[in-house]
Amino acid sequence: MKKLQFEKSNEKNINVRHPMESILRMDRIPHIWCPGCGIGLAVTAFASALEKTNLDLDKVCVVSGIGCSGRVAGYIKLDSFHTTHGRAIPFATGLKLANPELKVVVFSGDGDLIAIGGNHFIHAARRNIDMVVICVNNFNYAMTGGQVGPTTPLTANASTTPYGNFEHPFNLPYLAESCGAVYVARWTALHVRRLTYSITEALNKKGFSFIEVISPCPTLYARRNRLGDGLDLLRFYLENSVIQHGANTKDLDIGFKGKIVVGKFVDKEKPTFLDMMNEHLSKVLRDKYKKYGE
Amino acid sequence: MKADPKGVLTGIHYLDGDHAIAEGALAGGCRFFAGYPITPSTEAAERFAERIPLVGGIFVQMEDELGSIAAVIGASWAGVKAMTVTSGPGFSLMMENIGLAAMMEVPCVIANVQRGGPSTGLPTLPGQADMMQVRWGSHGDYEIIALSPNSPQECFDLTIEAFNLSEIYRVPVFLMTDECVGHMTEKVVIPPPEKIEIVERRWYKGPKDKYLPYLPDKDLVPPMVKAGDGYRFHTTGLTHDERGYPVINAECQEKNVRRLIDKIRKNADKIIKIEEDQTEDADVIVVAYGITSRVALKAIAEARKAGIKVGMLRLITVWPFPEKRIKELAKKVKAFVVPEINYGQIVLEVERCACGQAESILVPHGGGSVHDPETIFEAIKEAVK
Repeated sequence: MKKLQFEKSNEKNINVRHPMESILRMDRIPHIWCPGCGIGLAVTAFASALEKTNLDLDKVCVVSGIGCSGRVAGYIKLDSFHTTHGRAIPFATGLKLANPELKVVVFSGDGDLIAIGGNHFIHAARRNIDMVVICVNNFNYAMTGGQVGPTTPLTANASTTPYGNFEHPFNLPYLAESCGAVYVARWTALHVRRLTYSITEALNKKGFSFIEVISPCPTLYARRNRLGDGLDLLRFYLENSVIQHGANTKDLDIGFKGKIVVGKFVDKEKPTFLDMMNEHLSKVLRDKYKKYGE
Repeated sequence: MKADPKGVLTGIHYLDGDHAIAEGALAGGCRFFAGYPITPSTEAAERFAERIPLVGGIFVQMEDELGSIAAVIGASWAGVKAMTVTSGPGFSLMMENIGLAAMMEVPCVIANVQRGGPSTGLPTLPGQADMMQVRWGSHGDYEIIALSPNSPQECFDLTIEAFNLSEIYRVPVFLMTDECVGHMTEKVVIPPPEKIEIVERRWYKGPKDKYLPYLPDKDLVPPMVKAGDGYRFHTTGLTHDERGYPVINAECQEKNVRRLIDKIRKNADKIIKIEEDQTEDADVIVVAYGITSRVALKAIAEARKAGIKVGMLRLITVWPFPEKRIKELAKKVKAFVVPEINYGQIVLEVERCACGQAESILVPHGGGSVHDPETIFEAIKEAVK
């Protein structure tokens, strides 16, 4: 990525263009995210990854659901779809299957993808639909004011668990792997370089890829749990994340104020839904069938 | 534009309504089907699963109806004509994304083979009680188009029509059939492809950098582009401006929603199809749709034999409602008799349009079978008293 040139105040400096201008909808900036939020870092990593791949950006689609991370689609200057709560994955499934040339990226939050959209998540992974799912996990429903979610760590406070959370949270990499994802990674918003690399790998991979991005939510989750501001959380990630590539996804639970295991856990080859369909139907229907999307 | 011969199974067939919907869709250019099994609509999905791979399309059985309709909307944005088929409980699940299709203005077709409700109700038996749900079921203000076939032949014909209307108006179009029509097997004539008129999507043809996703043409419908063509457009279920960008205020809401409503209401005359029989001299008019319109024929014949001047107005288009014609007829007739397999839905529209100038008499049926024609005949006799 081109480096920003910071010069002494003069006209030239004012005209400096944002390095991600080609990927972002600058006419929609400023965005709605709070200071210290990690979604912007995830978007930065995504934009950098897009620049690093050789993908034809006209063929890349971003689909989001609802929530803070659901707003990502609105800021990315690609064909971008801001859909309904939980339905980004089946919407993206329709896009991809109707036009297999498209590279489809679902960018959304933990509540959207895993709670209300959980059924779609597990089935898209099972079918191995060729898509990249980037899940920003901020441990709560932030857009609606900080309610408990499917990833809220045990004992953490949320507005709907005022006495602390007593529900078992999901371990997302374990869920993704067990449902059939071919690529599974987790990073925090601090690991921008590694996250960028993972997104690049996922974009270049065929099949259902899943990347979890642990993100600070200073306004709600962190404030309610007295975890400090965005910077404090990044420091926490620095001190408490453990890079463990290839770790068994069973062991990736995240406890309240606990260690966060990050890394790339799964990277394997498996025929996609369309590969399976084409191979099977060609075998059964022979010359009556013309391979779909080819 | 003429139909793509690949999808047209020209010939004389013996098909049930569900299968005829699938064939109508393939003839109408549908190449994407996403659905979830539900009685009594499943046969349509099965026909798609068998036929669509042979004509260059794709079938996907989704995990639920929420996913089915979402996939259909996604596929339509990819530029492919897409549909799903369902019944009561599945239809309820689709409501949220039907709102998304209305808001994003996505051409798509949804067939509801109605069964008895509420809830699981009567999975294998007919109902017509989703007629208001199809109009008002998703939250917020919007307009849709709904057609009601009364035979397998019409299932075929109206499915093509539904695809055409959805492309012309960029709106979800519904086929409101019922278990009887869905499972009834009759002769279906599929014409040669050159006899089938197909409406292509209204593609945007201007310069790329000038493209605004929601800048409408004169008829209030915006031309469309598809994903992957380099327009790098944005679309959202939020209230949006012409760029497709969210704008959360009352002015934008007024402009956005007003156009969604007006593009259908102001074109209603072009959309609406009704069928009239013996209405010229009628004192009483039976207003019916779907299977009930066929049951009513016997009652009308009996009544004519008994010397009662009764006619029939069949709703082929149910929504937008043919209010102009009902208003005209209300000035001439004594009463409208409205048999329907529910406890009063379309009769409310008839009553609204009659404006008190003619009586509107409901002949209700709770569902599970069709009316006894005798009941409708009795209502006609009462109406002329």
